[in-house]
Amino acid sequence: MALKPAEFKTDVHNDWCPGCGDFGIVNAIQMALAEMGVQRDKTAIFSGIGCSGKTSHYINTYGVHTLHGRVLTFAQGAKIANPEMTIVAVGGDGDGLGIGAGHFVAAGRRNVNMTYIVFDNGVYGLTKGQASPTLKLGEKTKSLPSPNTNYNVNPIGLAVASGFTFVARGYSYDVRHLKDLIIKAVKHKGLSFLDVLQPCPTYNDINTRDWYAGKDLMEEAQSRHSRIYKLEDTGYDPEVHYSEEAEVNERLTQALIKSLEWGNKIPIGVFYKNELITPYTQRLKDKIPNYFENPPAKQSISKDGKSITDISKILDSMEV
Amino acid sequence: MMSTDFTWLIGGPQGSGVESGANIFSKVCAEMGYQVFGKREFYSNIKGEHSYFAVRVSDQNIHSNVNDVTLMASFDAETIFRHFNEVSPGGGIIYDSDLDGVDTTNVHTLDAPFKERLHSFLESKNKPFTIVGALEIAKEKGITLYPVSFKKLLENLSEEVDNPKLRGLVRMYNVLAVSMSLGIVKMPSNSLLHSIEQIFSKKPQIAEINKQAANYSYNYATAKFDGFNYELTGTQKQPKTILVQGFHGTALGKMACGCRFQPYYPITPASDESVFLESNEILENLDHRPGSTAVIQTEDEISAMGMTIGAALTGTRSATCTSGPGFALMTEALGWAGINEVPIVITNYQRSGPSTGLPTRHGQDDLLFSVYAGHGDFPKIVYASGDVEESFYDTGNCFNYAEVFQVPLIHLMDKFIASSVVTCKRFDSQKITINRGKLLDQVDDNYRRFEFTEDGISPRSRLGIDNGIFWNTGDESDETGHITEDPVLRVKMMDKRMSRLDFILKNIPESEQVVSFGIEDYTIISWGSAKGPILDAIDMLKKEGISIGFVQIKLLHPFPGDYVKSLLSNAKTIIDVEANHSGQLGKLFKQNVQRDIDYFILKYTGRAMTSTEVYDSLKKIIENKADKREILTHGA
Repeated sequence: MALKPAEFKTDVHNDWCPGCGDFGIVNAIQMALAEMGVQRDKTAIFSGIGCSGKTSHYINTYGVHTLHGRVLTFAQGAKIANPEMTIVAVGGDGDGLGIGAGHFVAAGRRNVNMTYIVFDNGVYGLTKGQASPTLKLGEKTKSLPSPNTNYNVNPIGLAVASGFTFVARGYSYDVRHLKDLIIKAVKHKGLSFLDVLQPCPTYNDINTRDWYAGKDLMEEAQSRHSRIYKLEDTGYDPEVHYSEEAEVNERLTQALIKSLEWGNKIPIGVFYKNELITPYTQRLKDKIPNYFENPPAKQSISKDGKSITDISKILDSMEV
Repeated sequence: MMSTDFTWLIGGPQGSGVESGANIFSKVCAEMGYQVFGKREFYSNIKGEHSYFAVRVSDQNIHSNVNDVTLMASFDAETIFRHFNEVSPGGGIIYDSDLDGVDTTNVHTLDAPFKERLHSFLESKNKPFTIVGALEIAKEKGITLYPVSFKKLLENLSEEVDNPKLRGLVRMYNVLAVSMSLGIVKMPSNSLLHSIEQIFSKKPQIAEINKQAANYSYNYATAKFDGFNYELTGTQKQPKTILVQGFHGTALGKMACGCRFQPYYPITPASDESVFLESNEILENLDHRPGSTAVIQTEDEISAMGMTIGAALTGTRSATCTSGPGFALMTEALGWAGINEVPIVITNYQRSGPSTGLPTRHGQDDLLFSVYAGHGDFPKIVYASGDVEESFYDTGNCFNYAEVFQVPLIHLMDKFIASSVVTCKRFDSQKITINRGKLLDQVDDNYRRFEFTEDGISPRSRLGIDNGIFWNTGDESDETGHITEDPVLRVKMMDKRMSRLDFILKNIPESEQVVSFGIEDYTIISWGSAKGPILDAIDMLKKEGISIGFVQIKLLHPFPGDYVKSLLSNAKTIIDVEANHSGQLGKLFKQNVQRDIDYFILKYTGRAMTSTEVYDSLKKIIENKADKREILTHGA
């Protein structure tokens, strides 16, 4: 049953800068959760550190504001222990692709059934605008003393290469489209990654709202998001339909090629989707037959304060 | 009748079956009623470097190794060079007679500093730097030599059983050496064959070959080698005895007390515990509904810690298991668990630091690090077990403490315990009580996770229960868990959390905080695995009419200063025994008991203490001949 987005709002004062792209993302998350009608107390938002880290406090579900770079580790632990939770992890691009890059790659390999949204703005906002992993080499945002000396990471490409089974990109000022992407991501069976282009009005004076809107381009007639176009409008099919090598490779390759598009044409939408790879929880079920009915969080471990686990067979084998 | 106290040592290159040889020997002795205390020493290496197993066997209760070896079983040259001088007069050495001509330069795994010491020793005895030279010294000490050509033995066996595959099967040397040892000490052969059957129960063909070899070698020894000074013919078996490896205590404790989630990153000597948990991931329950432990191998220890916390937030009893370097990576998240009052258990099988240190060697190096781990002030518990049997029951207690007090808990174990093989009383999981503290199954409206309460502990919701929504943050928070920077609230929250330390001291029974083995004029304080060598050394002194007291401190943080102080009020001389350089317990003791340590007995070679060397140092202290810092060095 669809709920109202307002039910997913808290009354915590939001201290993001006026015009911050984060507002669009938090609104889209609330709208998506409402539209899906998820139960608030079966849902948890896990967040990293930075401006985006505060997201969990603004959403009226369970909220776990974790550590810089480590959000995926906390979130995966919770999901594996209690697979009936709907879990959305969020964090900045510095959080997920800088300090947390190792966890990002490992999470892809694991494919735990949950969603990870990266607020991608090219800068470390809360520490006053240093270059973050997605800022391009040689670019100088306004508080950098000199142009960026590092090459940028390609979040979509890295996600695809790491084994994420749903890889998409959204734009924080196209909230409806983003909301739809979030719904698809949450419904996906496996680990879904959503790279959200999110202008930082305070520190990123290059990839601004106007820049995404293409106001600097020479053409006369400009549409509202003229740099940005939607993959689905081009007939792009992201989905792996059958698990043959040729099919999988073709979808992976096209996603990688699309991920390299930047500059005057920036694709958003679903780049890659593969539900033929088993989620981690399913892999656990293959080893532990009653994992879904009796996961770690639901197991009874005691009766009247006494252990109910019977380890006598193991002890028998050790007895001399 | 004289009591039995026998030490058997087997050595060889890593990968040559030293460990399985020792397992067979230990199992046979345990089956024949003896108490067994064995420990394994090995390099950070997969194949080729020297490893050895020293198994002490007795008809009395034993808790440690001793310096002297009674019978050494070797099948390579390095074992002889490294250990011949540990064999006591009257003891024996089984060795490969084909190695007679080998000199030290032929053994490329002998490292330079050791070789230098060996050469100067052989030189001082006017012996050549050869196996013959080393064995001559042994012989002059009154040690019986048992030369045997393992090659020829296998050839003969292969002919006798008409199995050409056995020829040159170097992998069988371990079984030959074990069986020969058992023949020499007159252990009944049926127990040997039975143990091999059990150990190789899943590989019947291998069991058969091994039994043939064992039988042959055993008979060879009984026919050829008679009259050894020592016999192991069996003794009265203690009922309900198990033979366990060191890590089994915490692993089985975790299963029994309901730990259902354990992420980990591979590290020596901790991983064995996680691998064992995963090998037994499906659990039988008395309610007939199978349970399970989700054991997750993570990308690093940071992830292991994050996952442990994430799972704990769902109300699952969660733990991770690591060693010093891994624990170092976990400390940022440890503080997160602290400020968010998340109960988790970190089992730290310590090894020698700093940094990678001696990665496969023993050390009680992480006490102060554990006490101070993490930035900022937050409550935690540091608890240490003294042996395998204790660690089973302590693991149950540790989860109770973590949940009742809502704190992260560091359970200190170490490499000495991890790689020991011992007999002990069968664990009784019915003695494990489970107390989940203020964990909620259902929640009323207006729930606040960090609500101020009289005892400073708030009811704990968990992810996924109706009305139980809460927020966590690594920032300072208000009662709901939302960020605050308000100075007044900050003080209230800090005070709430830190009041936990006194609360813990008041609520953990004193008998679980500290174990007193008696207070005397001279009283030892110690913690962790030093307990075993201390108990045995005290026994040795008691036989000479000397009484030494001993206080084992298990709760190390918060430190039970007042209680320890009152316990020790009649002790005149305090001796701190532990396996690290700086006397870390001594520092905590001084800080919390406001009393100086009179003597330290310390060991930081990376090898476990023996009771012999603890005894020697205690004796020196009593005779007023000791240094303030007695430094122990025994062991290859």
